[in-house]
Amino acid sequence: MFKYLKQLTSLVAMVAVLFTFTTESMAAKKSKTLKNTQKKGFVRCGVSQGLPGFSNADAAGNWTGVDVDVCRAVAAAVLGDANKVKFTPLSAKERFTALTSGEIDILSRNTTWTLSRDADIGLTFVGVNFYDGQGFMVRKSSGITSTSQFKNGISACTNIGTTTELNMRDFFNSRGISYEPVAFEKADEVVAAYDAGRCDTYTTDKSGLAAQRTKMKNPDEHIVLPETISKEPLGPVVRQGDSVWEDIVRWSLNTMIEAEEYGITSANADSMKTSDNPQIKRLVGAEGEMGAAFGLDNEWNLRIIKQVGNYGESYKRNIADTGILPDRGPNELWTKGGILYVPPSR
Amino acid sequence: MNFKLKDIGPQLMTVIAVVLVFGFFTYNAQVNMENRGIDFGYGFLSQESSFDVQFSLIEYDGSHSYFRAYLVGLLNTILVSVIGIILATILGVLVGIARLSPNYLINKFAAFYVEFFRNIPLLLQIFFWYFAALRALPLPQDAEAMFGISFLTIKGLFVPAFIWENFNIFFYSIVAAIVAIIVIRTHAKKLQETQGKQTPVLLISIGLIFILPLLSFLIGGVRLSFEVPVLKQLATTSFIYEGGVSLPPELIALALSLSLYTATFIAECVRAGIQGVGKGQKEAAASIGLTQNQVLKLVVMPQALRIIIPPTTNQYLNLTKNSSLAAAIAYPDLVLVFAGTALMQTGKAIEIVSITMFTYLSLSISISLFMNWYNNKIAITEK
Repeated sequence: MFKYLKQLTSLVAMVAVLFTFTTESMAAKKSKTLKNTQKKGFVRCGVSQGLPGFSNADAAGNWTGVDVDVCRAVAAAVLGDANKVKFTPLSAKERFTALTSGEIDILSRNTTWTLSRDADIGLTFVGVNFYDGQGFMVRKSSGITSTSQFKNGISACTNIGTTTELNMRDFFNSRGISYEPVAFEKADEVVAAYDAGRCDTYTTDKSGLAAQRTKMKNPDEHIVLPETISKEPLGPVVRQGDSVWEDIVRWSLNTMIEAEEYGITSANADSMKTSDNPQIKRLVGAEGEMGAAFGLDNEWNLRIIKQVGNYGESYKRNIADTGILPDRGPNELWTKGGILYVPPSR
Repeated sequence: MNFKLKDIGPQLMTVIAVVLVFGFFTYNAQVNMENRGIDFGYGFLSQESSFDVQFSLIEYDGSHSYFRAYLVGLLNTILVSVIGIILATILGVLVGIARLSPNYLINKFAAFYVEFFRNIPLLLQIFFWYFAALRALPLPQDAEAMFGISFLTIKGLFVPAFIWENFNIFFYSIVAAIVAIIVIRTHAKKLQETQGKQTPVLLISIGLIFILPLLSFLIGGVRLSFEVPVLKQLATTSFIYEGGVSLPPELIALALSLSLYTATFIAECVRAGIQGVGKGQKEAAASIGLTQNQVLKLVVMPQALRIIIPPTTNQYLNLTKNSSLAAAIAYPDLVLVFAGTALMQTGKAIEIVSITMFTYLSLSISISLFMNWYNNKIAITEK
């Protein structure tokens, strides 16, 4: 009988060790995510598998895009270096699981803010970094210039796991048009199938259409129809349950947008420290204690502007200058006819 | 007491360890989900799915429930697996026999086929067949009619639909034919065992299965007509066929690549099975005056099958599981529809993945049980 006592003891010890780990991980610390990020020395950021203008890696593996810049801004704020980001490319299907399971700490992957996603699945949306809407792309040669010309039997290529599938159904149903949805797991296959002629139309967010069009064999043969069939506010997402981390990501994004509003750029940020405007001074860390509540120093926002730039710079560098969407449309500041409006940093 | 503990002690400890490890994971998942405000439950299955699926064997659209969407995915998985298994078996048997052919060309061609297709990853083959087919197939308006009624295009294979009148009478006539054949076969077997008389069962069977349905047409009032697909213009350069039945190119590409891939393994099983029957068996059979066909049917195949069936069962299981690669080319199987779209729309990762795993497990076990039953049936029965 005592022969097995030794094995039994080691088993009990093993189980005890496992449980110690659980209780340790359950102990709620003030922003565990921030603590872990600083300990690791990099921000873990989930991005797309390649969407020019939003998150796209070049041949050398450098990520660029407006979604990428949100993660870089957070890295600049909490680690002092915008390059200390580890990017994880995720499919639409994998993205939320990667975030809720703790594989990444920020999901910045052209993700639409909806009620069910915000409320149901353990996620919190922190803001909007791109106002988008779903549209349709067709071949120019088809002669279609408006969605009103769509007829019964049309086939539409798209991605699975997105709001696109739901909007598409609403759109075609409300018009009484029967359609064939052809849904792929990855965007590259959608583009390849549409390009080959498998589908009459390709539907996704208009920014995505504009970006993917640049990947086509002959971009000039395709047009994006003028109609927008849905609201798609895209923004960064964090896990529910760490409100300090949530605030850091939210205000990193807000800082970029507000900096543009006050004309602070990566080039002039340092000189703005001596500005007469107290709001500008707060945005570059020269007045008030704007970082203390997050557990950060006072120049966290200055670093974001200096290293990443303001929202306008990021948009110009990634989306306008690359020819994807030169016109900012709704993504212009509220002072210039757009709808970008963020609460004040004070 | 001591003796018993020695027997069950290790087993008991293993059971406790397994239960504890599972308990730990379940508990951990529960705590983490609670912390992050995620509910656990299967209630979502009755909610409206609100997404459409390209291809479905049962009536379905977004106004049906998630459970219905699950059934759609499951049936599509079963469909492509059944088609794949049938095609792979036919091709596998042919190639397996061809590899034993004394004809140099046939032999080498079969060997080349086997080596080529089994050594390229399946996912690549699926992509190849799908995108190669998409590039090679004509647009609907350019498609040449096959037999004047079917069209193979980039948007799928369009074939005529059957429109039946009094289909039930036709159906009963087939059932009647099958019952009659079974009765005759049993009777013929008895005749052979008791009186040694041979009955041409095969001829009678073929006759019955043709004549009874034919009678249902002639005197039963059964009518069959076809609905031929017609080209319809959607826009200046975009067309589609309306009417008839359409098979999506995704299904065709997937079934093709799965069967071409799996057939190579089945061919090797068949070759092994036939070669596993001793040469002496064939010679002995020939020496007692059996014809070539009888040697194959009565002596070689019954023994070869016993070697062929178990590894072939594995291939059937592989094919069914490999069909989940469908997600890559938009064939709406269980993984794409349920573990893909439905998972994303509901966020119920643990529930949906567990249901999906359980479903594949059940499918595999069903195939296994059937093949084991068949294997036992053909096993040597000692008299």
